[in-house]
Amino acid sequence: MATKAQSRFTALKAFSITFVVLWLLIASFPFLWTLWGSFKVQSDFFSRADWTNALYGVFTRQETGGAFTTRGYYGAWVQEEFWRAVLNTVIVVFFTVIISLTFGTLGGYALARSGFRYAFWILMLALVFRAMPHITLVSGYLLPFFEWNVWGILPTTIIVLVAINQPFTLWMLHSFFKNIPKDMDESAMVDGCTRFQAFRHVIIPVMWPGVITTGLFSFLLAYNDFAVTAMLLSSENQTMIPAVVSFLGTTQEAGNVMYAVAAVVSATAPLFVLVMFFQRQIVSGLTAGAVKG
Amino acid sequence: MKHKTFFWFILPTLSAMVLFIALPIVSVFIQSLHVEHEQVLVTVENCGPFGCTEGVAVDQEATEALREEAPLGRFNGLGTYTNRSHLAFGELAEAWATTDTIGEFWNRVMSLPFYRALTFTLTYTFVVTPFVLMLGLAIAVGVNNLPRMFKGMTIFMSLLPMMVPPVVGSLILLWMVDAEGIIGATIQNLFNDPSLSIRASRTLMWIMLIVYGIWSSIPFSFIVFYAGLQTVPEDTLEAAQIDGASKWQRMRHVVVPHLMPLVVFITLIQLMDNFRVFEPIISFQAGAYAQSLSTIIYNDLREAGNPLYGSAGATSILTIIGVVILLSPVLVRTYRDFTRKSTH
Repeated sequence: MATKAQSRFTALKAFSITFVVLWLLIASFPFLWTLWGSFKVQSDFFSRADWTNALYGVFTRQETGGAFTTRGYYGAWVQEEFWRAVLNTVIVVFFTVIISLTFGTLGGYALARSGFRYAFWILMLALVFRAMPHITLVSGYLLPFFEWNVWGILPTTIIVLVAINQPFTLWMLHSFFKNIPKDMDESAMVDGCTRFQAFRHVIIPVMWPGVITTGLFSFLLAYNDFAVTAMLLSSENQTMIPAVVSFLGTTQEAGNVMYAVAAVVSATAPLFVLVMFFQRQIVSGLTAGAVKG
Repeated sequence: MKHKTFFWFILPTLSAMVLFIALPIVSVFIQSLHVEHEQVLVTVENCGPFGCTEGVAVDQEATEALREEAPLGRFNGLGTYTNRSHLAFGELAEAWATTDTIGEFWNRVMSLPFYRALTFTLTYTFVVTPFVLMLGLAIAVGVNNLPRMFKGMTIFMSLLPMMVPPVVGSLILLWMVDAEGIIGATIQNLFNDPSLSIRASRTLMWIMLIVYGIWSSIPFSFIVFYAGLQTVPEDTLEAAQIDGASKWQRMRHVVVPHLMPLVVFITLIQLMDNFRVFEPIISFQAGAYAQSLSTIIYNDLREAGNPLYGSAGATSILTIIGVVILLSPVLVRTYRDFTRKSTH
């Protein structure tokens, strides 16, 4: 790569590297700062007088005796029962991903293999559905759900999240399946398989990369959702993200913003791990739609 | 694939989408044609030591019964769409007739909640999108020049702002720019103005929301551009170099045209995603200064005790119309591509 002509423009290179470093700082500093600060007391985390207090934990030392404290985590997880919200999130996300992928692989496969005009219209419809703000749909759910008495429970939310995820799942899996050569399942069918058997025994074994990538994005959609989970779950069945928001309301007067800080860090940690392990899949998923233009 | 097999394969996903996306839109539309029941008023006599007076009170039971009977409310036709909280035709016409200058008219329009929210939503969408495109490209070019060993780490750290839930990401930023947070306090000290706070002014709040939007969307455009840069034809670049093109000229005439399809792709996704800006406004508690179409729906539904389903429905339908307008160029283009392909 480094030919003579390229290494000549050192000023330009230095500028571009500075720019990248600056971006890295902007991208990661807020997380590191919040992670560090979550082990301090509020007067250190928010310190108008001197921001270095947050680094050394002056007040934390005064109040708790040590430079670090897990008070925020104790308050959030034990006192405010954040673990319930975490448990609910695990249930909701797990089932949403599983059901989304089951429905999505079947539908995506059908769309990839069908040349009919209606397959195209289904994809177009999915595109419009994908673009709609979730909150516009939520206002349509509330009244019927109240009437049928299914509001506020996890299964309803899971089904709604699956449905809302479907357009995106369908698009992604459809383009993954398009890349699997048609001959594979067709030759299986020539050998006497039914369409479903061909799908089951020939396509499923080779589709894993696409499914894992799509699964990651379904996970993120379900995990990050606020509009649906905040409106469709009662306060006993809350998931993490609405719980974080409700923390703010209840703890601001009590002076326990640190609970919310600890909750925010707790909610970010799994994503951190996820991105670390699945970076390649996430990048390929983000660019899947793009490379074809 | 036979029609029948196709039908069975698509059935689960299609029924999920019809039941929980298409039907709710219909339900939202029907909702928007209705308004809440009026409260049933009864005249009561309040008798005290100085004689009796007649007063009006709400008959809770009768009101409740009315709601039970017809949960949708009274039929109102398109009334909700044209009332003051939505398209406000009456107020617009009146403002147009009574004001002399455009500025004055604009001020009047800005006092209407729907137009205020629409203005913020559109400002946010059309400011964030170009910044995300430019900065994303700049970072992608920068990272592309980095030594290989730093690339993985850079991509990992860059992805985070986009991956965290918007509620969480905006809270993290909010705590830093808060008057007591590290950035907020530093800025106060720099300008020596202790009253400087994003909560104190509309402009600062808008800037903050837009900064959040850019911060959280840059990773997406960065990654897509970065992937695109890997596919820039090496020999075209070399040919340009031999012809004496400077680095900047090569960028301008070879790389950027090659990335053009990606620019279109990112713009589209960004327009769709930014148009539904919602969570940062909740996290920043910016309601007093900035409302988006999504947050006014949310507020209507949150209305204590008596959610305004009709009003939320009308805003939802107007939002969906907005999304379709934003999407229409893509839809038309995809349709043309499809018909061209199928005729060949």
